Amino acid sequence: MTTLERNEKLIQLALLMIALSAISILAIITLFIFKEGMPIMFKYGVNKFLFGLDWYPTEQSFGLLPMIIGSLAVTAGSLIIGIPFGLACAIFLTEFSSLRLRQIIKPIIELLAGIPSVVYGFMGVIILVPFIREHLGGSGLSVLAASIILGIMILPTIISISIDSLQAVPRSYREGSIALGATKWQTTKMVTLPSAKSGIIASIILGMGRAIGETMAVIMIAGNAVSIPHSVLDPVRTLTSNIALEMGYASGEHRQALFATGVILFIIIMILNTIANATAAKQRTK
Amino acid sequence: MTSNIAIESRDFSHFFGPLQTLKKINLQVFRNEILGIIGPAGSGKSTFLRSLNRLNDLVPGSRVEGTLKIDGKDIYAPDMSVVELRRKLGIVFATPVPLPRSIYENVAFGPKMAGVHSRRKLNELVADCLKQTTLWEEVKDRLDSSALKLSGGQQQRLCVARILALRPDYILLDEPCSGLDPISTMKIEESLRELKKQYTIILVTNNTKQAARVADRTAFFLSGEMIEIGQTEKIFTAPVDQRTNDYIVGRFG
Amino acid sequence: MYVNPRLEQRVVQSILWLFTAITVFILFYIIFFILKNGLPVLNYQFLTTNPTDMGKSGGIYSTIIGTIALTIGAILIATPLGVGTAIYLTEYTLESKITRVIRFGSECLAGIPSIIFGLFGFILFVTKLKFGWSILSGSLTLAFMILPTIIRTSEEALKSVPYNLREVSFSLGGTKWQTVTKVVLPSALPGIVTGVILSVGRSISETAAVIFTAGSALRIPTSIFSSSRTMAVHFYILAREGISMPNAYGTAAVLIIAILIINITAYRLMHKFMKKYS
Repeated sequence: MTTLERNEKLIQLALLMIALSAISILAIITLFIFKEGMPIMFKYGVNKFLFGLDWYPTEQSFGLLPMIIGSLAVTAGSLIIGIPFGLACAIFLTEFSSLRLRQIIKPIIELLAGIPSVVYGFMGVIILVPFIREHLGGSGLSVLAASIILGIMILPTIISISIDSLQAVPRSYREGSIALGATKWQTTKMVTLPSAKSGIIASIILGMGRAIGETMAVIMIAGNAVSIPHSVLDPVRTLTSNIALEMGYASGEHRQALFATGVILFIIIMILNTIANATAAKQRTK
Repeated sequence: MTSNIAIESRDFSHFFGPLQTLKKINLQVFRNEILGIIGPAGSGKSTFLRSLNRLNDLVPGSRVEGTLKIDGKDIYAPDMSVVELRRKLGIVFATPVPLPRSIYENVAFGPKMAGVHSRRKLNELVADCLKQTTLWEEVKDRLDSSALKLSGGQQQRLCVARILALRPDYILLDEPCSGLDPISTMKIEESLRELKKQYTIILVTNNTKQAARVADRTAFFLSGEMIEIGQTEKIFTAPVDQRTNDYIVGRFG
Repeated sequence: MYVNPRLEQRVVQSILWLFTAITVFILFYIIFFILKNGLPVLNYQFLTTNPTDMGKSGGIYSTIIGTIALTIGAILIATPLGVGTAIYLTEYTLESKITRVIRFGSECLAGIPSIIFGLFGFILFVTKLKFGWSILSGSLTLAFMILPTIIRTSEEALKSVPYNLREVSFSLGGTKWQTVTKVVLPSALPGIVTGVILSVGRSISETAAVIFTAGSALRIPTSIFSSSRTMAVHFYILAREGISMPNAYGTAAVLIIAILIINITAYRLMHKFMKKYS
């Protein structure tokens, strides 16, 4: 064997080490977040964290329930906005638009994903919040405002992944249906959408993940009050906001409690990611 | 004194996963001859060719049994340098695949990877190889333009020039004219007769007439087995095996 | 109830069209709104003077420098890791348990919210490793965040290089590494660069992960251990604390213009790349 060929083994080994970087980083992040956040959860009881209503971190009161509910509320709200708009765009672009139009609109929608989240939050503060305050009442900083902005923010995720899975449906399926006299919409409804179902579901779950994980935009428009909201016009604080708002000055057990918030967020996200990957994989194997 | 036998295949079998693609092939290739291999699609003729320079190694699940000796050395022995083996056996594929580089860089690619960096040596080599494939006159003024701009026939001759630059002992041709027009095909065949003086050539083709025109001896492959090998004239006029005859007269394939 | 299929089709098509139009409108409106309010503030001086009085007056020069420094750092760290991973996955190995683990890691990393990266970067780089609030801490954190994007786009770019080019290189006596560096990588380069450019966009836009790792100092950074404020963080602080609306709009306009340039460049590059291999 030549020297070059002998070096191949070394190169392969080096590349393997590099390739393991992503999983190693994931492991280190998990380790650090849990190491910082778990002890305090066990010290005061996991139940207190998950179901406690009061958050007075300087007085050993670490109830995260309002924030958990807050995160879930704005995420659910964002899906109510994001799913119909996202799916409509994806279906329109794959099934009803001309190729040319799709080639123009798709990059435009992908551009939506590139806009910094602080800009979305800012637009919410400047336009949406005053609008809600004047027309619907309350301060305007609310579940509703956060839901709408998050709904817009998750559109690119839902649209581009749904488009991918719609496009992955073999052309012959559609042709078969059209040949039987079905209209384009009937074909979409009866043939294309069911075939692309798992990919679309994955896109929605990933959108959910984005909504739950979003921080800066939500801080700016959700009001950040630590209380369980009773209407969509009430302010809320999400798990992410809770961390970002107090991280700057927290210390000691307070800081650890913020890491505990991170742990809960982390677990929710991991569950969502696992479900999304599993559903996406289901379509691939089909 | 080197033996006149250049390549010797003894009970050589090849598998892709559970699928046996070559079944105990026994044949010999002599120095400076053109051996034609004919057979229908899926007969294993290309697989055999690609076993000779171990290109099949790249396909997952590829496995061999038996021995394949080139210049007396078992090429599947563990200490074999695959890189050196491939330099010794240049291969031309069915469709011309120029690298997305200049004409010059295409020809100089092999030598450069083998560590030749002297500009003067490379220049000489490139010119020489392009002349041998009669491409020189057509491209000498645009050596730096992209190889992708050449016509199909020119591209295929470039691919031949590219392997000549390796200074190989063997030339393997895997249906080299399947995508070419009759005139380009004629040019390639002409250069093969010329190249025979220096190289041992194995020509896999699904065009039986081509084998009849250029090969000294011809082997007939069917379903992974070698059915018959002999002087081209004999194979085409008086084959021993009925299946060979059926294939040549066009009853299948 | 029977609905005429053709009528149904028309109604549905109109609704879908309307929803798409609204989505596109929202995007244009955001861009228009920011540029309309921000462009009047933009001038040479705004870009080249440092913020004064917490950003109430002066320009945004130091935040531009901070953004660039942080982004370059992140790209320099993440690109070799990401491209190396992609090369390993596409060229050096078959689908196996190891590749599944690697892909799983990358996909999970992609889903982790930026605030978690911020927390992690804060605890590991800022406090444990004592890098402090610094460009180094921020770059490392951002690098981890953009790694999955670079892995995925590089992998796709490498996969789109036709197999027979590799075969040719091997047949000409190339080793695997020679094949990768001399044939595959050059052909995949535009696709890889696209991924890197998109990651630049993400780095520029990021706030949550950066604010807790790079800090928010307004001085021009002098070393990788200096704390630095990025444009996105600066904009956030200006807007949230109501320090200066005109300056906030100006900063946002610079951000938006940068993002537009980045996305258009990436898109055109990708387009050219796809055309070459289809």
